[in-house]
Amino acid sequence: MNRLLYALAALSIALPTAAQDKLPPAPYAYRQLDDAAQEARAKALMETLRCLQCQGQSIADSDAPIAGDMRHQVRVRIAAGEQPEAIRAWLVERYGNYVSYAPRIDRLTWPLFAAPLILAALAAALLRRRFTTGAGV
Amino acid sequence: MNGPPSPRSRTAAARWELWLPLALFAGFVALVAAGLLRPASRDVKSAMIGKPLPEFTLRPAVAARPGLTRADLTGARPRLLNIFASWCVPCIAEAPQLEALRRAGVEIDGIAIRDTTADLEAFLARNGNPYARIGADEVSAIQFALGSSGVPESFVIDARGVVRYQHIGDITPKQVPLILAKLKEAEQ
Repeated sequence: MNRLLYALAALSIALPTAAQDKLPPAPYAYRQLDDAAQEARAKALMETLRCLQCQGQSIADSDAPIAGDMRHQVRVRIAAGEQPEAIRAWLVERYGNYVSYAPRIDRLTWPLFAAPLILAALAAALLRRRFTTGAGV
Repeated sequence: MNGPPSPRSRTAAARWELWLPLALFAGFVALVAAGLLRPASRDVKSAMIGKPLPEFTLRPAVAARPGLTRADLTGARPRLLNIFASWCVPCIAEAPQLEALRRAGVEIDGIAIRDTTADLEAFLARNGNPYARIGADEVSAIQFALGSSGVPESFVIDARGVVRYQHIGDITPKQVPLILAKLKEAEQ
């Protein structure tokens, strides 16, 4: 039992050092842009970009070093005057739609947008028939 | 108590319906089991395959090797571009395979992600240095430009500087022939 505890203690010390680099975070990983309007645009974009390592989180939510580097990338580009959607397009060009949390209508995703409309139309048709036949009886 | 007995056809339908929830449940269990036994791939593939490399210039990461620019990756033959870091554990496992590739005549260039010169030099001293050049990418900028999402990753770059193949994760001993085949393929 004691040996197991020692092993667990050793692991808890060893793991973080093994998986982390020693470089400080990128300059704009945790630093906001001075211009509040620019920072707001950067923040809105960061909330809709997926962290590539911690895949359930946006880069705004994640403390993974790679997410910090992505935030740096977003902030530097916004500060240079790039449009948020241009930055998103740049990333999608490299990682596919997977990197973006803002869904786009394309050949693969159109059923997601069409299905609710089709279901609503179907429901309307069924209800209409039920009420009209109900009135007839 | 149970009400009047149903007609024969109705009983048959009821008997069939009785099994429906169990069948649905079994289907659900099969779905979950499939997901647990064969989890979907978490790899994020680069969309840069078939596209030319972006322009970049990286300063030398260590004193013993020059830095890396886009122009270095174009030339007479396909090259292997290895994205790695001294803090990356699978990169240690990959080192012997990179050395084997180098001995087989493959030219390997490295991009070190978020690394310090001292750490890198210690890493190379311990695990060998198969790289012709090593560029330092402190903020992962070139990694993003390549569509790479982690370390280690390796890209086969053809003579015109077009990305031909991406290998995600460490190259295992079994995968060395695959990498050699992809490099050969990139000669055309």
